[in-house]
Amino acid sequence: MNSEPTPLRLSAQGQLVERHWREMLAKRRLYTVGGAIALLVVLAGSLWFANETNAGKFFDRLPHLFDFVGDLIPRDGFEIWRAMFDLPSPYADGSLKFNYPEGRYYITENLYVPEFVYKMIETINIALMATLIGFLFGFILCFLAASNLTTRRWLRFFVRRFMEVLRAFPEIVIAGFFLAILSLGPIPAIIAVSIHTIGALGKMYFEVVENADMRPDEGLRAAGGSWIERVWFGIVPQVMPNFLSYALLRFEINVRASTIIGAVGGGGIGESLRLSISRGHEAKTLAIIILLFVTIVAIDQLSAHLRKRIVGDQAFAFGRGD
Amino acid sequence: MTTLTAEAVSDIVGRHYDVFNRPLLERCRAPLIGVAAIAYVVFAWSLFGIGAAISNGNWGIAGTYLADWVSYEIRPDIEYDGDYLAVEFPRFSPLGKDPQPAWLSRQTEDVQRPVVTDTDAGFGTENGTKSVVNSFMAPDAPGAQDNSKAAQSGGDSFMVEPSANGRANSPSVKTPPTAKTMNETVVTAVDVKIGSAAVSIRPGQVSVDYAGERLVIDIVADQMVRARGSLPEWAQQKHHDGDILMRFGFAGSVEVENDEVKVRHRILGWENFWFDTNSPFWGKSTSTVLSMIFFGDRISPAMSNAALAWNNILYNAEWQHADVWIKLLQTIVMAFVGTLFATLLAFPLAFAAARNITPNRFVNQLLKRSFDFLRCVDMLIWALFFTRAFGPGPLAGISAIFFTDTGTLGKLYSETLENIDDRQREGIRSVGAAPVLVQRYGVVPQVLPVFASQSLYFWESNTRSATIIGAVGAGGIGLKLWEAMRTNADWENVAYMVILILATVFVFDGISNAIRSRLMGNSAR
Repeated sequence: MNSEPTPLRLSAQGQLVERHWREMLAKRRLYTVGGAIALLVVLAGSLWFANETNAGKFFDRLPHLFDFVGDLIPRDGFEIWRAMFDLPSPYADGSLKFNYPEGRYYITENLYVPEFVYKMIETINIALMATLIGFLFGFILCFLAASNLTTRRWLRFFVRRFMEVLRAFPEIVIAGFFLAILSLGPIPAIIAVSIHTIGALGKMYFEVVENADMRPDEGLRAAGGSWIERVWFGIVPQVMPNFLSYALLRFEINVRASTIIGAVGGGGIGESLRLSISRGHEAKTLAIIILLFVTIVAIDQLSAHLRKRIVGDQAFAFGRGD
Repeated sequence: MTTLTAEAVSDIVGRHYDVFNRPLLERCRAPLIGVAAIAYVVFAWSLFGIGAAISNGNWGIAGTYLADWVSYEIRPDIEYDGDYLAVEFPRFSPLGKDPQPAWLSRQTEDVQRPVVTDTDAGFGTENGTKSVVNSFMAPDAPGAQDNSKAAQSGGDSFMVEPSANGRANSPSVKTPPTAKTMNETVVTAVDVKIGSAAVSIRPGQVSVDYAGERLVIDIVADQMVRARGSLPEWAQQKHHDGDILMRFGFAGSVEVENDEVKVRHRILGWENFWFDTNSPFWGKSTSTVLSMIFFGDRISPAMSNAALAWNNILYNAEWQHADVWIKLLQTIVMAFVGTLFATLLAFPLAFAAARNITPNRFVNQLLKRSFDFLRCVDMLIWALFFTRAFGPGPLAGISAIFFTDTGTLGKLYSETLENIDDRQREGIRSVGAAPVLVQRYGVVPQVLPVFASQSLYFWESNTRSATIIGAVGAGGIGLKLWEAMRTNADWENVAYMVILILATVFVFDGISNAIRSRLMGNSAR
């Protein structure tokens, strides 16, 4: 701290203010220090607990940090590209490890889509489909949850709680349940991701609606518009850009989510990744990781670009916001 | 109310030419997007074969699985044993050993009958052997209810046991036929009440009263099942003289086969939630348990009754409370520590990554690209990476969340920093403060509430994602959930864990919202 300037002579009132301020400062410091200590204690306890209940202990396993990478070194660098584009491998020995060409999806006689690219497209489609479903239902529900449009308290309360449950319900349970009914495939993943999306988008949407300008609505009400007309002509046009941009943001998140759901049985690239890791196919795993990385970067960029076009520079303060 | 004249209308149109004469493309954009979306859905419908998958889905079982969330089934089998019946419960029935549920009443009779054990014997004698073997496997089975009989049948089955095992393991071993008579308490009739249905089972005949109708079924052992009269709506017979399945709604079903009657009785509730069947407190009412804990004699010499009860609850074999709670705590810890570390690391890095604070293009770009890298390598891959490194457990989850969120938070933070108001920094700098102090007093007060709010947002969102990365081995309740679902038999455990997760998420939502609204003031959000 800098040396403080020589104190001025304060009036009696001034001294009172000064004293009050000092008291507040001391109290604030106390809270800060107390809070920091509490946080440290909780953190230390959490770390101890995490280390205790982990299969390997942190310091024992630290030398093994890059085991995963070590498992991923292929025979030669070109193996990765062969795996990615389903080209025949010189090491082919009939095992699953080098059977790259078998995964080809032929469109015409000679033209094929490589297996992992196809799976990646499948995952993207899962995410897109889920986002569409989520958008549709989130769109319908959000107006019922907004306090400026729905005057019935119980309805608002019910719709909001419903969306919260949809949002918080573990996706993996929904996926698992529908996997049991529909057997393996992408549909359980679509259902799981879209149910979560309905809740997440619905919540963001009703907040947007609540911040909407109510003057068009007032005009429509004065002209005798019904509730649906008021919403459709008064609110929807002004919130639509925000809705779309949130949906795009959601799409980004859903691509990741459907990858993870895929890894636990929902099909798509996640499943390929899990299989190739568990079977120890380095080249395939690396190919999938690279493909996944490139796709996510591309989708992030595309969605950022589109969002910027739709809502201008209005920044998204809340990242993935789910 | 004034009406618009044509002149006024054209005047308005003239003044707002752009509004009334938008280009065709612009006017069609919304419907086009709608049509494209619908076309896409149709495409995806066929790509994924959604229609086929839904119609091929095993929807019948969906109801059972859903019912399993909140109820459980008791599945006794009633076997025909010559002129008698034998009631058999599965080994791990939730009713414990020797169940005597009120809805299943038996009429018993003491008889003397010959028991022949012979490997070459026909069907009838095999049934006899089976009943003895059964009574050996479950000494408290209905056949042996009083102690003297139990001892006797135990002795018998001891003699019979080798032959029974021999039959099971190596059929070629031939044991000499033994014939003897024994006293046995046999079941002559069984009456089962399932909801509003009354089923009475006699040797050779089953009669059912349900929904105001009466169905009588005759059974010829090991040959046929035939109903008298036509079958009511709630009964089904797929093959002539084949098994008859009767459904009584949620309460359960009864399947009459030519060698046994399978009863499925569904009871609302979670079975043995506190104490499993091995616990001395099992099956007792709350008040009895409480009085046992506080006033009862010590059950186990090693520990007090209260400690024993607590121990029994924690290690309940069916519900595994201790394990579930530890896994849930792991999930919470993963989200908390992961987000906290990410915040702590992203905070200084964001200052270096922000253009306006660190005027070094190279450092800015390097950091921003590494944030992108951390973010875009999916959390799934980080989870796999760290699971391989640390072994399954919360350390892997913490690290995965930490790495992903350092990227995301770093990006968000540096964007926030680039949008700050520069005047405050100018002011601090103009009084000659050191660079660090310029940041401390010129920048941090502006961004801290935003940073904290973003971090809190990620904290609650990570509480959710920690569940799912757990399923790939990164610790926490995810894997437990996945294992409970995989058997398709433990949906009530899934329901229990889901309720715990929902409660946790709501609590942390509440905490994070409260802190956030305090930090941001009422204006924000």
